[in-house]
Order: sequence, then C-alpha cells, then structure tokens
Amino acid sequence: MVYLTRKAEFSASHYYNNPEFTPEENRRIFGKCNNPHGHGHNYTLEVTVKGNVDPRSGFVVDLKQLKEILTREVLDAMDHRFLNKEVPEFFSRIPTTENLAIAIWQRLAPKLKAAQLHRVRVYETPDLFVDFYGEA
Amino acid sequence: MKVYLTRRYRFSASHRLHSDAMSDTENAATYGKCNNPHGHGHNYTVEITVSGSVDEKTGMACNLVDLDDAVHRQILDRFDLQNLNKAAEFAAQVPTTENLCRLIYDILQRTFHHAHLEMVRIEETMLNSFAYAGGEEALR
Repeated sequence: MVYLTRKAEFSASHYYNNPEFTPEENRRIFGKCNNPHGHGHNYTLEVTVKGNVDPRSGFVVDLKQLKEILTREVLDAMDHRFLNKEVPEFFSRIPTTENLAIAIWQRLAPKLKAAQLHRVRVYETPDLFVDFYGEA
Repeated sequence: MKVYLTRRYRFSASHRLHSDAMSDTENAATYGKCNNPHGHGHNYTVEITVSGSVDEKTGMACNLVDLDDAVHRQILDRFDLQNLNKAAEFAAQVPTTENLCRLIYDILQRTFHHAHLEMVRIEETMLNSFAYAGGEEALR
C-alpha cells in the first residue's frame, strides 16, 4: 500500500451563522466569523489517496486524472466563491473548516476509481487545519 | 462525523539538558552542546490535535476560542520566555522535547474537556519534531 498526496489551493469567503440561534447567540458563539458580509481565506487542500502500485504503470493513481477531478469537483466550485451563497452544501450547513473537509471528501470519494481516498486535510490558515478520514 | 482539528502555537524558551543520574563526563557525552551549563533556547512550535463529532448546530468539533484559551492559559503562559529547567514540572526530569511533549499532553488531558485530545506534536527546530498521543499510535 502506497499513500500519495496532492495539494491544491483555493481562496474563498464565508461567514458563520445559524438561523436557529438569536443574533446574540450567533455573535457569542461565532464571534468575528459572524460578520454577515463574510471574510476570506487562502485555503490549502491536501488530498491523500492510497492503493497498490500498478506493476505496469508504476502508479498508485494517474496524477493527471487526480488533478482533473480535484479541479472539477473542488476548485471550479469553490475557488473565488462565497461559500455560503454559491456552494450548495453550505446553503444549510455552516462552512466551517470541519464541514469543508467533509464536503470535499463527499465530492471526491465517489469520483475516485483506481485509488481509495484516505484523508482530506484542509488548511484554513497555516496554523489551523482539519483532517477527515471518512469516519462516521 | 469524526474530524481531527489541529492548531499550531508558538513559544520561546531556554533549557539545558543535564541529568543528575549521570556523571559530568556522561552528561557531556550524552547531551553534547545541549549540556552547556548556561543553557540555550529554541522557538518551539506546538501542534495540538483534538477530535470529535461535528456539532450540527455550530459546524464545529471544537470551538477554537475554548482551545486557544486553554492553550494560552495552561501552556503558553506557563512556558513562553521561561527557562524550562526552572519550571517545577522539570525539577525531577530533563527538559528534552520528548518530556515536554508528554508534559503538555498530560496538562491538556487534565484541563481541557471541550474535545478529545489526540496528539501533541512539537517542533523544536525546523529540523526536529516530536509527537505524543498519550501512549497510543500517532495518526498519520
């Protein structure tokens, strides 16, 4: 079993708000992240896949295909977008880094054929990241 | 769904590696330059990994305000710009980064209850890092 990690970057804006909370609760729980005009981050995404090395190609996965899937499923949908308003998962879920890692996993997992998705890591800043391994 | 959240913090401190259980010659041979009696310092980076289910109402596994508050009060206020050898916790053990890792894990395990503590990882320099997951196999 070999693990392969591909990085990608995207920039997007978001804000945190739960309509079930009162405005005071939203401000208390989410602090500055509750500003309805949003704020942005440069996200770094690390996608790790695992699999056996194909004896003919020497690959676990064709990186060109992996890059195409990442671009189509994640970057085209999220890069330079306002996550709350433009990415369907976040019409009803709060676009925290936790939920972003889960949403990216759910977008990628069904599209990967040869290799198996092992981990999605999303850096919101260089000092904060979330890992999701597909655990229930 | 279970996610792992990691936050990085920084502090600077001095230390000297010297064991009372060894002779001066053994200390010099074991710790080399780190045995310099006047000590030396590092800019440490500490990575704290916690895990938990994502709360549907907040979208969070752990509110960062709670984590930041605990790490600042329990770790950074205690060690930043200090001499580790003078800390009560190192009265009876050598302040290697291995021991610092275990100590920080134990302090947070005892005092932080907003999410499950998974791992403490410390970069002593850009070239050395140490990780402790409470005796369990570390993830990744």
